[in-house]
Amino acid sequence: MKNRVLKAALLTGLAVSATLGFAGTALADGEKYVLIHHSPDSETFWNTVKNGASLAAKEVGATVTFRNPPTGDLADMVRIIQQTTAEKPDGIIVTIPDVETVGSAIEDAVAKGIPVVTMNTGTAEESKKLGALLHVGQPEFEAGKGAGERAKAAGIKSFLCVNSLFPNIAGQQRCEGFAAGLGVPLGQQMIDSGTDATEIANRVKAYLSNNPDVGAVLALGPMTALPTIKALKDTGLAGTIFFATFDLTPEISQAIKDGVINFAIDQQPFLQGYLPVITLTNDLRYGVLQANSVLSGPGFVTKDNLALVQSLAGKYR
Amino acid sequence: MTTTTGADERIKHTSILRRALVRPELGAMGGTVAVFAFFLILAGNTQMFALDGVLNWGTVSAQFVVLAVGVSLLMITGEFDLSLGSMVGFSGMIFGLLAVYVGLPAWAAIGVTVLACGLIGAVNGLLVIRTGLPSFIVTLAFMFILRGLTIWSAITFNKQPVVSGIADISAGDPIAWLFGGKALGGLFVWLGEQGWIATYTRGTRLGRPIVDGIPMLMIWALVMVIVGQWVLTRTRFGNWIYAAGGDPQAARYIGVPVARVKVAMFIVAALCATLLGISQAVEFGSAASDRGMMKEFEAIICVVIGGALLTGGYGSVVGAALGAVIFGVVQQGLFFTNVESSLFRVFLGSILLAAVIANTYIRRAITGER
Repeated sequence: MKNRVLKAALLTGLAVSATLGFAGTALADGEKYVLIHHSPDSETFWNTVKNGASLAAKEVGATVTFRNPPTGDLADMVRIIQQTTAEKPDGIIVTIPDVETVGSAIEDAVAKGIPVVTMNTGTAEESKKLGALLHVGQPEFEAGKGAGERAKAAGIKSFLCVNSLFPNIAGQQRCEGFAAGLGVPLGQQMIDSGTDATEIANRVKAYLSNNPDVGAVLALGPMTALPTIKALKDTGLAGTIFFATFDLTPEISQAIKDGVINFAIDQQPFLQGYLPVITLTNDLRYGVLQANSVLSGPGFVTKDNLALVQSLAGKYR
Repeated sequence: MTTTTGADERIKHTSILRRALVRPELGAMGGTVAVFAFFLILAGNTQMFALDGVLNWGTVSAQFVVLAVGVSLLMITGEFDLSLGSMVGFSGMIFGLLAVYVGLPAWAAIGVTVLACGLIGAVNGLLVIRTGLPSFIVTLAFMFILRGLTIWSAITFNKQPVVSGIADISAGDPIAWLFGGKALGGLFVWLGEQGWIATYTRGTRLGRPIVDGIPMLMIWALVMVIVGQWVLTRTRFGNWIYAAGGDPQAARYIGVPVARVKVAMFIVAALCATLLGISQAVEFGSAASDRGMMKEFEAIICVVIGGALLTGGYGSVVGAALGAVIFGVVQQGLFFTNVESSLFRVFLGSILLAAVIANTYIRRAITGER
């Protein structure tokens, strides 16, 4: 009996690895790029980046594979960069979640002669210092500040920042930027929301019932925006409290349409996937390289420019 | 052990006080009192103990209770299931895909999901029994397998890791309200009209009662605790559960179907996770592939605060539920106080440590174990 179970398990394993193997080789054609990012597997955002990069790769006849630490551990990400460098792909596209941690691994890749484009997190300066060709991303503080200024123009004086990225510096910068845009210091308005939908919704409710004079809510992404929509609907504040969020999903688009969310700050992840592939290909094939880094955002999505965005949200937007 | 004449423990007289105290959940009871006292002092003047505040931390606690009931029964049989957090995400996603992508009505999607997830629970259990491997390892494998399948199936069928549109499908469904709805809505409207509970003072719900019903998850939690505790302490099957975890070999000798009891508890635990997964999907109108992260460990923590032993054979459902309430209250409580919110993890860790240490001393005092 035990033997039969073991045999069955082995056969299944073989079948699975065979299928995976075929799927892997069928794509091979043209330049090989590897995109490495820092986030865990399940975020909507990265799917849009992947779709952008895959589309660009298809257009130029290259292939791009995606790697990331499954749990979001940056030490694992360093290993992935080192391992990828050892494979010598034609180009590496990589995020800079923390320059201290991943910087030297990226420098090593550059030193081995692999062209590198950085994207998403990190700054243009960091990218240049590491020797990358250029950076495609949204400066977080400026994006938050732009949003804060919009809120200020609407007469907002105080806010709640629902931060599910607590240990991540980008979250802090977004909240700080928003506070700077409003012209208030950042203090207790930033809460550590956790990542469970029910907990986030109930923490937002708790904060708002404790601080009834709060004028605006800032969510840092879909993970916090969706439970926040529910919290505001439950407490009847949807549509009356000023609500801004980072990034887009179909639900966020719908909430903008319904007037629950005033605007979404779109860093246009499509461009963060698409442009690096095009940049690498043009550089490798024709030696053509633009001289500056690219600010892929902030783009602001409001009721007025929603129509096109909504049909593509979560896929290309 | 010393033998004294005439001291058969089955007929030995124990005082009522001692019988009242000799319970696995004693530590959790003390912890619950301490935690509530703490927050009454720190946040007594906030909305935390108003009706809406109670429902706020009550809902979060109910999430933990639902899982903790299944996990406590499983842990008393001496097994773990580390795939439960992934199961929360997996069940929600299967339900979401069946409803949105396949187009099944919500009740059918729920039925298929419950069957599929119960089956996976059984597979978990059978693998543990048949291979003799520790459940820790087998279910750890399923933690990755289920999370991976969740993400893969969402991306493959829906092109993105979140499946939305569940709200439209579950609205008006004959059984979907059991999972994401609210009960006793009419009662609260009436209470609000009588002026006995507060009403909204701003927003689109101005004048309506601040609580429009009790979330179904809280009712599930309550029913499951009562049924679970009754089965565990008042039925033959409950004795089998203790026996299977306490000393499986001895239990087999006296005719307890240890393997079947364990597999049954794996199924129960998987179904508890499925309940939470479907409830979150219905409540939020979407299934996300990151739902339920870390829930397996949080549930084990609740059960351990509740006085259960990691080695099995000892514990209680009521204790696990109290552990879940402590966990929920601490998680949410600090957001009612104006304490820096990043400190809540520190606070949570300290409470866990204190509760577990207290439990150990209480158990030693009770059982005379050294």
